[in-house]
Amino acid sequence: MSGSEESPPGAGPPATLIIGIGNASRGDDAAGLIAARRIREALLACPDFPDPGRVAVIEQNGEGTALVALWEGARTVILIDAVQSGAAPGSIHRLDARSQPFPAGFRGCSTHAFGVAEAIELARALDRLPPRLVVYGIEGRSFAAGAAPSGAVEAAAWAVVERVLDDAR
Amino acid sequence: MAERRINVDYLARVEGEGALRVKIKDDRVTDVQLNIFEPPRFFEAFLRGRTPQETVDITARICGICPVAYQMSAAHALEKALGVTPPPGVRALRRLLYCGEYIESHVLHIFMLHAPDFIGHESAISMAGDPAIRPLVEQALRMKKIGNHLVTVIGGREIHPVSACVGGFYRAPRRSELTALVPDLEWALERAVEAVRWAATLDYPDFTADYEFVSLSHPDEYPYNEGRVVSSRGLDIPIEEYERHFLEEHVEHSNALHSRRVGSQTSYMVGPLARVNLNFDRLSPRAKAAAGDIALTLPVRNPFMSLLARGLELVHAYEEALQLIASYVEPVPSRSPIPTPPQAGEGAHATEAPRGLLYHRYAVDAQGLIAAARIVPPTSQNLKRMEDDLWQYVPGVLGLPIEEATLRCEQLVRSYDPCISCATHFLKLDLERE
Repeated sequence: MSGSEESPPGAGPPATLIIGIGNASRGDDAAGLIAARRIREALLACPDFPDPGRVAVIEQNGEGTALVALWEGARTVILIDAVQSGAAPGSIHRLDARSQPFPAGFRGCSTHAFGVAEAIELARALDRLPPRLVVYGIEGRSFAAGAAPSGAVEAAAWAVVERVLDDAR
Repeated sequence: MAERRINVDYLARVEGEGALRVKIKDDRVTDVQLNIFEPPRFFEAFLRGRTPQETVDITARICGICPVAYQMSAAHALEKALGVTPPPGVRALRRLLYCGEYIESHVLHIFMLHAPDFIGHESAISMAGDPAIRPLVEQALRMKKIGNHLVTVIGGREIHPVSACVGGFYRAPRRSELTALVPDLEWALERAVEAVRWAATLDYPDFTADYEFVSLSHPDEYPYNEGRVVSSRGLDIPIEEYERHFLEEHVEHSNALHSRRVGSQTSYMVGPLARVNLNFDRLSPRAKAAAGDIALTLPVRNPFMSLLARGLELVHAYEEALQLIASYVEPVPSRSPIPTPPQAGEGAHATEAPRGLLYHRYAVDAQGLIAAARIVPPTSQNLKRMEDDLWQYVPGVLGLPIEEATLRCEQLVRSYDPCISCATHFLKLDLERE
């Protein structure tokens, strides 16, 4: 079997890609999606942000192989996902995924067989990690279908906005 | 008295998490339980009071891997409830959207989730680190990305598509958007044919069971959106009679409902093996030729060989996508007329999700809001069948070291491509010798 490169349709990839991950119908799992929406609004309301056109904000459900394809060509990728590591709900974790393997026991809350952690490690094995890859994990507690996100996670999704924008500058 | 317990706490490479517990006493299997813990059927309650169009969108979030299937079953069932007939062209475009989802789902399972079981690797990540296998992983990523593009162009978004609705599509794609995908689809069709040849060289465990295969069946086409419900034991009913022949029951050890046949109370199998066995002559020409190349003998009763069935369906999906794009006529206007009259009604429909038959039934009240919803996902229908397989399979692996026996059980469950997120949520594997 052969494997050559192809061109994705549409315009070239943005230099910085901010990807909020989650399921809007599963309680605290929505953390990344909420953060992404607030980051998008903050970018629009932030006239001094250097060249906001080079930054794209995407919402995604955590399917890993699609993530690997999404970040092709981007120089900086910032992922925001809900996590469960045992810390207090609303805690914000930050990982530099290029300099360290995705820690065992710090899995995203996606139940995908091939999720965020797998995407990062697969991309590392294939030399397809973006030059800079930062992962923000927002600690969640309840992931029940249909539940609203908790207050702690809502607050954390506000708190993470400035930190992500600092990384994206 | 030899008592043994084989435990696997986390069933890897399946969608969602849950547990399988097998107890063995004196080299005899005494209990098999698929345990699923999340409260079931939340979505059915969540849908009450919603509008039909919201329902199509909400059900798509039940599963991140097969949102199109949920949208299709919901849209068809609600169109029946409301007496809505989509305009010409919608039917073909829905099939094309389904081709995209089959490509995404089957590439993921064949190469990333299932293949490691047959080539001595722990995962797709370790496959990627093996120079001899890395090209296969690279190719799989590209094959899947083509499915992602197809769903994005038609569905409006790659994951959780938003353009399908009751009555048709909010926006139909431009012809040029679809024809731009043709070179990639042609490339992928050839790779899929090669993948079937490769899959035929894998060493499948020697195991067969006496399944009742169940799928939709249509006289002229491979079943995606329409057909009658048929089985390998002679069932042949309209979709509306589904609930008279299949029942779901609560089992004590699981929050997911288990399906059985009414009357015989027996389990049955839905999914790629069932579809291929029951609809082989309606596969696309290249898929049938690929099956001929590997001298596939039907019916296939080895669940591990579902990988081959997925491979044939992958060939079919790429080939049918190319045919549908060649004959695509852009509708004018792009947005389907979308009549959703506020009237009471009831409608049931099933489509073939990549994992098998997906049944939806809705009652709509006089205000045009959902009064009741029933969703029967394919994984719930296969749960009892998986347990029955394990009762039969475990005695044959008891001579192996416990870790190996456990792995074999896990592989058997994985061959069903179960989506526990759909059925409910968590699964862990616990194989136990008392």
